[in-house]
Amino acid sequence: MAGHATLAKDFVANDERAHWHDKALWFVRHKRDNISHSLPEWETLRETASQVKLHTITHLAKYLEEFEANAKKLGVHVHWASNAAEHNEIVLRILQQHNVKRVVKSKSMLTEECHLNPHLEAAGMEVVDTDLGERIVQLQKEAPSHIVLPAIHIKKEEVGEVFHQFLDTEKGASDPGYLTEAARQHLRENFLAADAGITGVNFGIAATGGFVVCTNEGNADLGTALPNLHIACMGIEKLIPAPEHLSLFTRLLARSATGQPITTYTSHFHGPKPGGEMHIVLVDNGRSNILGSDEFRSSLSCIRCGACMNTCPVYRRSGGHSYQSTVPGPIGSILGPASDPAKHSSLPFACSLCGSCTDVCPVKIDLHHQLLTWRREIYVRGLLPLSKTFPMKVMSKVFQHPGLYAFGGGIARKALRVMPRWMIYNPLNSWGRKRELPEAPKESFRDLYKKRKRP
Amino acid sequence: MSSRDTILKSINRHLVPAVPLPDMNQDWIKFDNPTEQFLTMLSAVGGRGEVVASLEDVSRKLHEEPHYDDAQQICSLVSGIDIASDKRIDLDAIDDPHDLKDVDFAIVPGEFAVAENGAIWVTDAVVRHKALYFIAQHVVIVVKASEILHNMHEAYPRTGLETDGFQQAPHFGVFISGPSKTADIEQSLVIGAHGARSLRVFLVEEMQN
Ligand code: SF4
Repeated sequence: MAGHATLAKDFVANDERAHWHDKALWFVRHKRDNISHSLPEWETLRETASQVKLHTITHLAKYLEEFEANAKKLGVHVHWASNAAEHNEIVLRILQQHNVKRVVKSKSMLTEECHLNPHLEAAGMEVVDTDLGERIVQLQKEAPSHIVLPAIHIKKEEVGEVFHQFLDTEKGASDPGYLTEAARQHLRENFLAADAGITGVNFGIAATGGFVVCTNEGNADLGTALPNLHIACMGIEKLIPAPEHLSLFTRLLARSATGQPITTYTSHFHGPKPGGEMHIVLVDNGRSNILGSDEFRSSLSCIRCGACMNTCPVYRRSGGHSYQSTVPGPIGSILGPASDPAKHSSLPFACSLCGSCTDVCPVKIDLHHQLLTWRREIYVRGLLPLSKTFPMKVMSKVFQHPGLYAFGGGIARKALRVMPRWMIYNPLNSWGRKRELPEAPKESFRDLYKKRKRP
Repeated sequence: MSSRDTILKSINRHLVPAVPLPDMNQDWIKFDNPTEQFLTMLSAVGGRGEVVASLEDVSRKLHEEPHYDDAQQICSLVSGIDIASDKRIDLDAIDDPHDLKDVDFAIVPGEFAVAENGAIWVTDAVVRHKALYFIAQHVVIVVKASEILHNMHEAYPRTGLETDGFQQAPHFGVFISGPSKTADIEQSLVIGAHGARSLRVFLVEEMQN
């Protein structure tokens, strides 16, 4: 499978667009900085939240059973799915039992991860993603490129074009206010016509059997307040012990994600609405394997705020699609290889190890350390491409032999100065792609050292 | 083996070092003037609010709301608000929440407000259809002026999520902070995504429980 650098090529080729994307995300990162700096206890919040998550993950079986028992008391049907296929089967079966034709779905990265939509569509159902950004990418027949801002890579003119085609907006219209209003009208019809609502889960509360869904648009609420059937799909790592812990996460999530003090709607579901039916599908899909690893366990603490993406210099300049994984960016480059090391082997190498992700993560996941560890893992498992292993072997030899190093260095310094451009910037030198090599100094450090005047 | 057992077994096969729960009693933020802070945050998230003396003031001030006098359907769950009888929607008389689709204004009680983020806690305890909160074009929330808490750590115990009351009767509660919004098109903020196009909050000084 093509690596990150190859997949990013088209995105990077359009310089203007790559810069626009970069700026848009930096703006969001900036908002996050402003609001987090306004809270004196920010670091205490992060530390406490991180502890709560690690505590829950290290007692996961106990909390899952507690959650299940309490949810059942509230009249909820609880299902367990080991993998994506089973999750999709369960959801389809519930929908078929209720004769559902039309489903409205609010944003859920888990159902993206499981590729639920095509599964339901193949069974003849209509699935409408109701988050505006997700609806845009759904109409574009694309995947979200960011977990919080699914359409961050799309320009308003392009939205205008898709909406003109599907929602009959005026040709050439690109005003966000006008387009959002059109989507509001269109999606209202879908909400009113839906037979069932599917949502993700931001936090599951073990002590009560309830769960929390956060949105700014109110789509999860409209989508579940109208139809009688609500299915909530939840990764097993989403649990927290008790309601008091929500105070940490509701304070951190939106501040880290978009720089808002809290999401507009922070909805707490405890059992079905009167006369309705509620199902929760608990999904493993590889999560319990990560639990066993001391190095990667804390990646299960992720609350999917997207802050690590917004701050990542590589993500901002290469776009979410270049990761080819439901969750892109730094955390995606850890979760991706965990689920399929061969497919995602290039992702940990797309990182510059700047560490900015680790600085912003609200639950203090040591992201850049884990990325480095993944590089080693990928090497150990023999998944590195020749373009990386061969030069590394050569360099290892060179570093072990000082004479060879001095000789090679001399040649390189000369060569870089006298060789014609085409010899340096050619397809064999991936470092010369999209960047200039530094000017080679005339003298090596050794020469300078030898010549230095002793005091 | 059922998937439930497979998953639990897969979790339990790992011997992981247990991490203890941290102390939740920290020095969380407090404000000199929580009311003022609440109103500042509310306007920052796109809502509008003010302190008023009584429900009569609310009735009067509602007429200053844009679109209020043109509204065809108004549904109030706050008693003591004057609404013309031809506009009034009685929520308890409605069986199917889909029939709320043309409600222009919902006037609802909030249990308490949170200063740090402009959020208000509302539940479906007295609401037959929670859809009202999200389907109405405009939402007005009325909260007792004395019910303003500093932060979310004070707020969660007040939600009563763990009490029998919540575990048995009301099944739904939501913090609402401002009107519905989106910035999904090129990060331009647009108010009125799917839910309320506007949110007006009245903090009422004299109000019965
Ligand atoms: S890893 Fe941290 S910063 Fe990145 S999405 Fe998850 S919680 Fe947010």
